[in-house]
Amino acid sequence: MTNVLVCIKRVPETSGQILLSEDSQTIDARHVGYTVSPHEECAVELAIQVAKATGGDATVLTVGSSDAVAQLRDAIAVGCTAAVLVEADTERFGPADVADSIAAVVKDHEAAGSTYELVLLGNDAADTGDFQVGVRLAYQLGRPVVTGISTVEVVGETVVARGDGPEGTEVFELPLPAVVTVQEGGIEPRYPSIPGRMKAKRTPVETVVSDIDPVGSGRVRLKLPPQQPSNVEILGEGAAAAPAVVDLLVRTGVVAR
Amino acid sequence: MILVLVETDGQGVTETSQEALTFARGLAERLSDGGLEAVLVGPLPPATRDGMQSHLGEQGVTVVHHGDDDRMSSYAAAAWAAAVVDTVAASSPRAVVASGTPRGNEVMAHVAARLDVPMAANVVDVAEVAPLTVARQVMGGAALEEMRLDAAPGLLTVAGHAVEVAPAEVPTTPEVVTFPPTIADADLVARVVRSEVGAVDDTAALTGARVVVGAGRGAGSAEGFEELLELTKLLGGALGVSRVVTSLGWRPHHEQVGQTGSRISPDVYIACGISGAIQHWAGIQSAKTILAINTDPDAPMVTKAHYAVIGDLHEVVPAINEELRRRLA
Ligand SMILES: Cc1cc2nc3c(=O)[nH]c(=O)nc-3n(C[C@H](O)[C@H](O)[C@H](O)COP(=O)(O)OP(=O)(O)OC[C@H]3O[C@@H](n4cnc5c(N)ncnc54)[C@H](O)[C@@H]3O)c2cc1C
Ligand SMILES: Nc1ncnc2c1ncn2[C@@H]1O[C@H](COP(=O)(O)O)[C@@H](O)[C@H]1O
Repeated sequence: MTNVLVCIKRVPETSGQILLSEDSQTIDARHVGYTVSPHEECAVELAIQVAKATGGDATVLTVGSSDAVAQLRDAIAVGCTAAVLVEADTERFGPADVADSIAAVVKDHEAAGSTYELVLLGNDAADTGDFQVGVRLAYQLGRPVVTGISTVEVVGETVVARGDGPEGTEVFELPLPAVVTVQEGGIEPRYPSIPGRMKAKRTPVETVVSDIDPVGSGRVRLKLPPQQPSNVEILGEGAAAAPAVVDLLVRTGVVAR
Repeated sequence: MILVLVETDGQGVTETSQEALTFARGLAERLSDGGLEAVLVGPLPPATRDGMQSHLGEQGVTVVHHGDDDRMSSYAAAAWAAAVVDTVAASSPRAVVASGTPRGNEVMAHVAARLDVPMAANVVDVAEVAPLTVARQVMGGAALEEMRLDAAPGLLTVAGHAVEVAPAEVPTTPEVVTFPPTIADADLVARVVRSEVGAVDDTAALTGARVVVGAGRGAGSAEGFEELLELTKLLGGALGVSRVVTSLGWRPHHEQVGQTGSRISPDVYIACGISGAIQHWAGIQSAKTILAINTDPDAPMVTKAHYAVIGDLHEVVPAINEELRRRLA
């Protein structure tokens, strides 16, 4: 039985123009929704698969404001069985603070007799992209860690993890308990079912308040690249544009003559 | 002195590590006494060693700290980090720089956790020298964060394509010092136990291609790729797709381009039926020329591209194929 903890982060779902807050400290997300990284959606899917295969539980956790309960509920709707909100003002948090907060929950649960043998995270958060919470967490917990993993499988007391390396797929075998960070590509996250959504509404969310003294992220300000005016040259419309396209390919040197 | 964690391949120092070296040399000139040293870990076959010597000499590196013993034959991030930490302790660099590759980011995160100092991932620029403040990519590169990094040493990784590889004014003959890193058994637990080479995965072809044909939701279905694949073949390029395409199962994930896919830098990118969301743009912003084919003249991909054709890709692409076949005949 492997109990899995999977960590997700609520982030703005910007796909078009990014807006900054007036003090340039955050993304202004008033006109867009929120989501989590595709890497974390895959981590959630893997957590559910491992829990199902071993008869364990899949618990989803986030460190953030109470609004992030929406993202926890999305993860329950696809199959997580429990949820933890670590309430904190994450504007003031850096990756080391997030790792500390997650580690505190893991240790508290362990002290109360329930161990998360496997902790899954995304490889990098969709917004800050620090590439380090999972590794810092592993050091806090004194566990082995591997990053950028596409698939995991628990065989007895070992987690077999596969990811892309410079020369093909690399295989790691870590003894549990362990920490693994996940990258999109190895599995397809499932969609929520209607009963899943109903269950998500009813499942209680364990809330703890982070009492750490944050070291912070070192952020001075956010900046957007200067808006370039559109300089596009329209080569034509429909099939009639084909000769102009091929001329362009010749000019850029990718087609001979 | 600035220390650079260097990754190698069969030819010597990888392209991205050479970028990191060029970036670090600039930092060394501004931040410290101009000294540039390198650390690398694991076995060095002769061809790699020769290439490494000449690449590092071109970059002006004076000392190469080579951590190696018989336990370092397969990659283990914690063991690599132990070697970096040894070098930091012995030579007190002002900053440690790696490339923003999976390994660069992974090893540096370990170093950061061991030294209990901050780390900045995917840095593109130095905003200020005192206190050290860097500009780094966030939101997949759609925005920048200025981040203060004033602990010692400052740890950072350099985003791909942030700088172009440039040689030092005065080349050097680096002295290689091999040392056995201080490794605990625990540092070797998470190591590559085997590689599964040969699986058909064209990611390398995609990231190295001179021409990439991009396809998005506009392809319409898994069957809608025939003409796009033909165009790819006629141009000797690679196919890259949007996340919608992989999520719908039309094409495999290793073809995905963007924030959570590959970053590409072709001479020409032909984006067919792709709207140009920031997360897709993150993967294509270093393409030299971008041509958009889209039914919507107001799609961001069209307005941000260099060239565009307005129309249905299922009409435009076959016409391009025909024209190409005619001219190549
Ligand atoms: C954290 C995060 C990470 C992400 N990572 C990635 C990533 O790595 N890569 C990625 O691509 N996306 C990524 N996304 C998703 C991204 O936000 C967009 O949803 C996605 O890129 C849109 O794909 P699309 O352009 O194919 O589809 P759409 O946005 O639906 O656009 C389809 C386009 O095709 C045009 N079109 C339709 N029919 C035709 C036709 N017959 N001929 C010509 N044109 C036509 C339409 O006008 C439209 O512009 C990520 C999102 C998040 C939140
Ligand atoms: N506030 C948070 N709450 C829960 N998990 C987080 C949080 N921030 C980061 N993580 C996890 O750590 C991963 C890596 O984040 P980062 O190191 O910041 O790029 C993310 O993909 C999440 O899985």
